[in-house]
Amino acid sequence: MKVLVPVKRVVDANVKVRVNADNTSIDTANLKMAINPFCEIAVEEAVRLKEAGSASEVIVMSIGPKASQEQLRTALALGADRAIHILTDEDLVPLSVAKLIHAVQKKEQVDLVILGKQSIDSDNNQTGQMLAAIGKMPQATFASEIKMNADQLTVTREVDGGLQTLMLPLPAVVTADLRLNEPRYAKLPNIMKAKRKPLETLTPADFDVTLKSHQTVLKVTPPAERSAGVMVSSVEELVEKLKNEAKVI
Amino acid sequence: MAILVLAEHDNASLKLDTAKVVACGQAIGGDIDVLVIGHNCNDAVSSAQQLNGVRKVLVADAAVYANGLAENTADVVTDVAADYEHILAAASSHGKDVLPRVAALLDVNQLSEVIAVVSSDTFVRPIYAGSALATVQSLDDKKVMTVRSSAFDAVASDGSAELVTLTQEVAPQVEFISQSLTVSERPELGNASVIVSGGRAMGNSENFGILEQLADKLGGALGASRAAVDAGFVPNDLQVGQTGKIVAPDLYIAVGISGAIQHLAGMKDSKVIVAINKDPEAPIFQVADYGLEADLFEAVPQLLELL
Repeated sequence: MKVLVPVKRVVDANVKVRVNADNTSIDTANLKMAINPFCEIAVEEAVRLKEAGSASEVIVMSIGPKASQEQLRTALALGADRAIHILTDEDLVPLSVAKLIHAVQKKEQVDLVILGKQSIDSDNNQTGQMLAAIGKMPQATFASEIKMNADQLTVTREVDGGLQTLMLPLPAVVTADLRLNEPRYAKLPNIMKAKRKPLETLTPADFDVTLKSHQTVLKVTPPAERSAGVMVSSVEELVEKLKNEAKVI
Repeated sequence: MAILVLAEHDNASLKLDTAKVVACGQAIGGDIDVLVIGHNCNDAVSSAQQLNGVRKVLVADAAVYANGLAENTADVVTDVAADYEHILAAASSHGKDVLPRVAALLDVNQLSEVIAVVSSDTFVRPIYAGSALATVQSLDDKKVMTVRSSAFDAVASDGSAELVTLTQEVAPQVEFISQSLTVSERPELGNASVIVSGGRAMGNSENFGILEQLADKLGGALGASRAAVDAGFVPNDLQVGQTGKIVAPDLYIAVGISGAIQHLAGMKDSKVIVAINKDPEAPIFQVADYGLEADLFEAVPQLLELL
């Protein structure tokens, strides 16, 4: 079974981002970039499936500018076998991304696609579900545990209020939640080896997919600032203020 | 054109989220219909009929819909979508699971976690863990969107909508195995007016007991940071933040939580934020209305005593 893991290059999770001066987007110049944390968890899970003998090959892919190849090399260093880069400088919406992933899935005859549940920049939480719909495949989103037996996939999902377990026939789509695993660190020898692993570059035009324009971002603004609060010196003062000033208890 | 709201329910009862999504529908303007997909969900249906401003309640009731699986649910929503320009669901785990699937079946993109309506095709949604707000115009003929329920006030339950029964059934694609839900007497995180949250500094799950007492005393819900959840102090579904629940209660008490960007994303729209932390440099103090620099193991018992 081949596993495909789409990964996204995003601003590092620890960076505090700022809106640019003309309120059109986030100022990403010179910011530290990284693999989206949820995609990293997806890569780790695919590599574990290969180590357990359930997967024969782990293919990683990314759609984006040339620099996305850095994140693909990282994924290769973490244990993926080869990478596919779809080069585009356009900022694609999840539906377009899902169509391209589906095109790769068909071309590569992939049975299982594991994605992150959301990217921490656009916070959409859509791509995996859309991919499942386009390929008429079952989906298990927000996965915290994946078990493979024969060609059945048992997935435990994090839902509001607790956990839910599903059984899915393949081909299927799974999106990874934070709890799925603890991603490994890439060791130096693996980083060196990753440089020699195959990385194929394609463009959206190489696929028979029509991408439409779906939305326009009219402006990007900073959220309302909270006015500075006060420090209280004792629990008594805190209770007094909550009762008489804020009137919330 | 009309607006379709996918009901959030557990068959036994309708979730308050639905009333909040209907409020978002009212902000858009137009006839609002609510779609209830489930099994033996009569009580949820009659609650939906009472929601203020709802024209019709469409019901698909069959065993195959009992567990709200995305594949089946999305097919039903897509079947009735032809009559609607807007298709809305709460940005709950169910709404997030189902609606992007619907959007792709309709070949449109989705808008996630909408917090404000500018016009019938333009909406505001947070990006980068709430560090920025994007005003986005949809160019699609159908606007499929999930709604952040903490950003809207629930509509009243004084209506009497017409009931329409749907008869088409879909074939199951996925087998449901089991479900284990956290049982709690406390209000749900998303709807609580008071939330008491603990972080890594709680140390262990036993220590969370004092926060439970505090939550109970205030009639509130218990929440947690990712650190507390990862350490196994409390179940995952209590996590507040970018990847957990997004809440906006009247009072949010953060105990032993440093205030990472990802946690703030889930609670910084609370009306009043209280932080109790022994580290005066903790970023949580920058958003707290009232900050108390103290050891939580002294401050929380004192607080319990004074309330």
